[in-house]
Amino acid sequence: MSLRGQVRSLYKQLLFIGREYPAGFEFYRARLKAAFLKKRDLSDPEDIRKALRQGEFVLKELEALWFLKKYRHLKQKYYDQ
Amino acid sequence: MSLNRVLVPVKRVVDYAVKIRVAGGKVDTNVKHSMNPFDEIAIEEAVRLKEKKLAKEVIALTVGPSKSNETLRTALAMGADRGVHIEVPEGSEVLPLQVAKLIKAVAEKEKPELLLLGKQAIDDDSSQTGQMLAGLLGWPQATFASKVEVAGDKLTVTREVDGGLETIASKLPAVVTTDLRLNEPRYATLPNIMKAKKKKVEKLTPKDLGVDVTPTIETVKVIEPPKRAGGIKVESVDELLSKLKNEARVL
Repeated sequence: MSLRGQVRSLYKQLLFIGREYPAGFEFYRARLKAAFLKKRDLSDPEDIRKALRQGEFVLKELEALWFLKKYRHLKQKYYDQ
Repeated sequence: MSLNRVLVPVKRVVDYAVKIRVAGGKVDTNVKHSMNPFDEIAIEEAVRLKEKKLAKEVIALTVGPSKSNETLRTALAMGADRGVHIEVPEGSEVLPLQVAKLIKAVAEKEKPELLLLGKQAIDDDSSQTGQMLAGLLGWPQATFASKVEVAGDKLTVTREVDGGLETIASKLPAVVTTDLRLNEPRYATLPNIMKAKKKKVEKLTPKDLGVDVTPTIETVKVIEPPKRAGGIKVESVDELLSKLKNEARVL
């Protein structure tokens, strides 16, 4: 995939994972967009790759947070008695 | 030797984060739904068996209205190979025994060596389907598993029991139900959901499988739990003491 494609794909994946962000999707979307716009002027492919890695890290963190939220909820409901 | 097939039944339930509301004597189902979290754990375990080359194929199964298709797609996105959807009309409730009978019918057709189920659904909290299914099939059962190991036709399961862990060994085929600590289910990512759209889903009805799903239990009443009363401010120590004595009756 081209770098441009990779960036677009990352953006879409980040949008997807934020659909039910606790503070609301619009809150999340605005910040996500701002974060991407901040790096719009990157032109060195190495810099873009670095930014992509950072984005992928954030994506992994968000996935981990979702898991933790669900796990804690279940633990509280079914196991802490 | 590896398992040929692992069958994982999943249920579409009201999302764990949604506050359940009762409207007009019924639970409001016009809210977000998702896959039962314990079933996610079952799917994850099956997919891990496949990734360790201990299983060849993972089949996800669901019983529910047409919207349950979405739940099946999540299972496919998590790594199941194909799906079976037993469709029932929207709003009808299928009891655990009937679900067990339906799963049994599919199991007889697909011949899986292992059935992995969530220990219970977070909507009705029955925790009956896995056990009844094992009884109907005449297979050994290992419930509340926190560790599953497969070697040849032998199965070793660590179970969460009151006050500790119990390790049991059994032969395959067997029924295993999953507990919370078995694994950490992966997130169904966008690319995987897209890929899952190409996977095959077979649609069946209870009639095709020769199972009667008319309810045998009548729901008499559904009510919300009583609301928690707000606290009050007391003016003096004496008032507090009298309230503790006469109202709370803790002194």
